Amino acid sequence: MTTTTPATPSVPIATKDISTAEVAKRKLSSPWASLAAIVIAVLWTVPTFGLLVSSFRPERAIKTTGWWTFFSNPTLTLDNYKAVLDAEEGAGLGSYFINSIVITIPSVIIPLALATIAAYAFAWIKFPGRNILFLIIFALQVVPLQVTLIPLLTLYVDAGVANTFWTIWLSHAIFGLPLAIYLLHNFMRDIPASLLEAARVDGAGHVAIFFRVLLPLLRPALAAFGIFQFLWVWNDLLVGLVFGGGGDTIAPITVALANLTGTRGTAWHLLSAGAFVSIVVPVTIFLFLQRYFVRGLLAGSVKG
Amino acid sequence: MSSPESNAGKLALMLGAILLFCAVVGLILFLASLARGKRADRVTAYLYLAPTLIMLAVGLVYPGLRTIWESFFDAAGKAFIGFGNYETIFTSGDQLTVLGNTVLWVLVTPFVATGVGLLYAILVDKSRFENVAKALIFLPMAISFVGASIIWKFIYEYRPDQGNVKQIGLLNQLLVWVGGSPQQWLVNSPWNTLLLIVVMIWIQAGFAMTVLSAAIKAIPDDIVEAARLDGVTAWGMFRFVTLPAIRPAVVVVLTTIAIGMLKVFDIVRTMTGGQFNTSVIANEFYSQSFRSDNQGLGAALAVVLFLLVIPIVVYNIRQLRRSEAL
Repeated sequence: MTTTTPATPSVPIATKDISTAEVAKRKLSSPWASLAAIVIAVLWTVPTFGLLVSSFRPERAIKTTGWWTFFSNPTLTLDNYKAVLDAEEGAGLGSYFINSIVITIPSVIIPLALATIAAYAFAWIKFPGRNILFLIIFALQVVPLQVTLIPLLTLYVDAGVANTFWTIWLSHAIFGLPLAIYLLHNFMRDIPASLLEAARVDGAGHVAIFFRVLLPLLRPALAAFGIFQFLWVWNDLLVGLVFGGGGDTIAPITVALANLTGTRGTAWHLLSAGAFVSIVVPVTIFLFLQRYFVRGLLAGSVKG
Repeated sequence: MSSPESNAGKLALMLGAILLFCAVVGLILFLASLARGKRADRVTAYLYLAPTLIMLAVGLVYPGLRTIWESFFDAAGKAFIGFGNYETIFTSGDQLTVLGNTVLWVLVTPFVATGVGLLYAILVDKSRFENVAKALIFLPMAISFVGASIIWKFIYEYRPDQGNVKQIGLLNQLLVWVGGSPQQWLVNSPWNTLLLIVVMIWIQAGFAMTVLSAAIKAIPDDIVEAARLDGVTAWGMFRFVTLPAIRPAVVVVLTTIAIGMLKVFDIVRTMTGGQFNTSVIANEFYSQSFRSDNQGLGAALAVVLFLLVIPIVVYNIRQLRRSEAL
């Protein structure tokens, strides 16, 4: 229709991997497109970079000059990290860091294991009430956890487990279950029934089928949900705040950091180092397992 | 409190809990394998589902219903006051500010984050540095809201505008460099709410970009090629080929972010504590329930949140279904 197309006789060359975006971009006159991409990338990186640089600057320098002056006058120190981790004279973030680890690992394992066997039942066993139960669990994804917090807290107090890790483990497990079951169920339905049939004919029971046939195939799905849940729990503030109390007995590092911002909002040497102590774990996980994380994001993200 | 022994104790407790949990799951698998006869499958299924169903019933369904019930009671949870709490939410000045801010979050964040994410996905698609470029934008997704709040609070940091005092917040320094005077960004309403929203956009753009980039890459080559041979312009390609093809994904991204915005809490609490007219429903829920001890109002706020989430989630799921059917 339009006649402005430049003559392109050599069409066959590299047409295979041309996408709409590429065509759009090419015609957007490349320098501008590159510039826009660079501007966005810089805008998205500078905030984190600024705080990272600050976390290694001496306390006095942070408080009197901007972090960008670091490049004309570079002085590095690890004092901020020592101060923020130390319990005696600093913010004592070390024990909260341990709490976060203690909270997160079971909070990932419990829903993952329970959801796997539940999803197996939904996907591969016929039983009365299967559809309605699955629908209910699917619908439970919409429940915002705010709705459950106070009655749940009362239940924990009545059961005598208030202020123990059990409250946080169970809460995260409960909140993670509906999404986990939904994701794993979808994934299991995609496994060809003939594989399971073959195993069954060989006389394998549910447990054997589960471990020998399904588990190896499920690994990507388990990894996807596992990372999803890991980041969710590690980065959570609300659940930790409600069930974790104020002290360093069970509260996670996010709670300690949030409190630190409230009480010592200008202690940037502590805040910057503290933020990076908490950030380093999820970012490492993310960098190494990015592929699975992305898959988890693409698979479902309506979690309440 | 934080002696090495207590840390070791915590880790031991964690291992113990995991072992106990494994034992329970093992027991369930074992009991299920004992089932024989015609009803064996049925027994197995119910055993596999038992822990999940119990946990969801006790931890999600019952508390949800209980909160709905409590939302009709007064601050102490003693006297029945009908829709009194809901009346407060929709009439009192403070609460209307909270609702207004929540609306702002839900309307602004999804569109801006999706716009930036889509633009960036197109710009870096098939470029030489695609993976690195994407990771840069995506990295904030791995950072906690609390961490992100600290990062941005530092950007917005204000130092009084006097003689020798230098700005340490980047935004104010930029302002000073171009000849302006520094501002207390987080204090002045309504701009402070928008500046909090910026933090969320910074986090969510990576999510939008990832999903939309995957959608763009899924567009069949022959469609693109056909359009290209027809000599479609860049804008035409985007408007008539890319956008229609990724529309379901765009809708899912918009609605998913919108749902998250209804529940935004961490950023508001960490950056302003809900002061200076920045509070939102989820933050107000926390303040009323746990700080002001107004249980009834807190419960009602949670229920309002629930009611607002439902239509968006239903729409989201329908779109998700439709995009899966394609």
